[in-house]
Amino acid sequence: MIVWKKPVAAALLLTLAACAQPAPPVTQAAVVDPYAAAGGGALYQGDLAGGTLGAEATAQYFNDTVGNTVLFAANQTALTAEARGILARQAQWLNTHTNFNAVVQGHAEETGTREYNLALGARRASAVQEYLIAQGVGTDRIRTLSFGKERPRAVCSDEGCYAQNRRVVTVVSATGAGS
Amino acid sequence: MLRTLTLTLSMALAAAMVPALPALAQDGPLKIEITDGVTEPMAIAIPAFHGDAAVAQQIRDVVAADLTGTGLFREIGAQVAGAGSFGEAIAYEDWRAVSAQALVSAEVTQAGDAISVKFRLYDVYAGQAQGDGMQFDARASDWRRAAHKIADQIYARLTGEQPYFDSRVAFVQETGPKDARIKRIGVMDYDGQNILWMTDSSSLVLAPQFSRDGRRLVYTSFDSGFPQIRVMEVATVTSRALTQDGNSMAFSPRFSPDGRWIAYSREQGGNTDIWLMDAASGAQRPLVQSPAIDTAPSFSPDGQRIVFESDRSGSPQLYIVGVNGGEPTRISFGEGRYGSPAWSPKGDLIAFAKQVGERFHIATMRTDGSAEKTLTESFLDESPTWAPNGRVVMFTRVAPGGNGQPRLHSVDITGRNMRPLSLDFAASDPSWGPLMP
Repeated sequence: MIVWKKPVAAALLLTLAACAQPAPPVTQAAVVDPYAAAGGGALYQGDLAGGTLGAEATAQYFNDTVGNTVLFAANQTALTAEARGILARQAQWLNTHTNFNAVVQGHAEETGTREYNLALGARRASAVQEYLIAQGVGTDRIRTLSFGKERPRAVCSDEGCYAQNRRVVTVVSATGAGS
Repeated sequence: MLRTLTLTLSMALAAAMVPALPALAQDGPLKIEITDGVTEPMAIAIPAFHGDAAVAQQIRDVVAADLTGTGLFREIGAQVAGAGSFGEAIAYEDWRAVSAQALVSAEVTQAGDAISVKFRLYDVYAGQAQGDGMQFDARASDWRRAAHKIADQIYARLTGEQPYFDSRVAFVQETGPKDARIKRIGVMDYDGQNILWMTDSSSLVLAPQFSRDGRRLVYTSFDSGFPQIRVMEVATVTSRALTQDGNSMAFSPRFSPDGRWIAYSREQGGNTDIWLMDAASGAQRPLVQSPAIDTAPSFSPDGQRIVFESDRSGSPQLYIVGVNGGEPTRISFGEGRYGSPAWSPKGDLIAFAKQVGERFHIATMRTDGSAEKTLTESFLDESPTWAPNGRVVMFTRVAPGGNGQPRLHSVDITGRNMRPLSLDFAASDPSWGPLMP
């Protein structure tokens, strides 16, 4: 512990009081992310590698940003305009990231019999597959299957949940060694 | 292992002990008529079984549960003094006094691992035995089967129908949350006892179907990641894949009555058709091909025809086609969506699930589509399967909501006696096997 000698401390206080000046102005400066786009809100995308932005080339990006799910009307297998928009983005992504393959998984709501819903889910998956192929995705990169009503996304028993369960989910995964 | 049960029939008991009484009391044997009208249950007395075997009481209780569980019998709880031993003269007057119509007398003896159960059935009002006395010999561990055999005899004699208690049901157990259900196939006695597990929980399995001899199951498995058909030998609990085409889903399989063929749904390019597979060679050929969904095939008992579900008309309806192909004939024309047809082992009826508005029903119709009869109504009833005698239908009833569970129920084809199976877990997709030998 440091013990101030009383006379010295008193002298110091006197000196400070005599020399009181206005405080210097505070300079403001934002800490900037040099990688962020000018519009703000953009995320650091990682280093450029092989002409592809790294984070875009992930299943996570596909699921969250491209959109991996399209929805259907009750008992329907036709693609809605909204679904086609999502699938166009999926196709674009798949055409860019050719080292990824897709499993297109069809689902149905819980009303309806188990067998019929398996077949209905297969029809929906096939509709999505055909759309992606028409957009240029290689036939051999897409497999389909149906879970029927076995894997609902929402579990309540009303239209609010059924609408979410009548869906096709495109599951992408990287192919080849080291991916 | 599939257990075998030795059941010996001892007719010798019968002749000597039944005095030849003149048929005074009634014209024919005691019989309960099963009709669509309201049936008063027959009053049956099943007093404590004789003999000192520890399982005597349990066997009696199972016999009583089998019979009263049909809704056709009502147990008379009253006791009548006398009957100190099996074979002692029956105090018919006393049993009439407590309004018993039928009386069961039985004795259980046990020697080591072997039990022996003898019984007689009496027509109380006629004052005579109904049918021969019988004796069943079984391993002690098979006491429930011995009880079912006795109840089957009583049921058959009093209803004139073929029995069904000594039979088993394959099913799917469901555990876990609704969006990540874990399923495994089990086989149990028709009353939910003696469960044997056929698969583990590692992959999604659906809709097992027994072969007519009860030795094999065909079912849909996702163990390859894609729906494919597998066959299970029940005795050894060993299974193998029957389909493994990576570009084609296969599901909804069922055996032909002779076990030689498997009808199933095969999906290619999004379209689902019905195919036939030679169960031995694996050779496959298409049976029903259309741009529509064709699924859920079920054979007629003579193996010559198949009823299935198709949405070729715009909504799911039932159709019949010969096993040699040809144009399918539509048989369902009522309101709603029809599915999951199951041809009765008697051949006379087809049971199915039907959706009208937001409600589901189990219903039956004749094979020409006439005489449609609704048996049940709920949020979701499906997957009907027939008792081996074609008198009772078991099915899946799913409760609504995020915590809604499937439960197995059964109902008489008159629409009466709807009851849940006594199981302490959720289950779906029953397949009722044959009456066991």
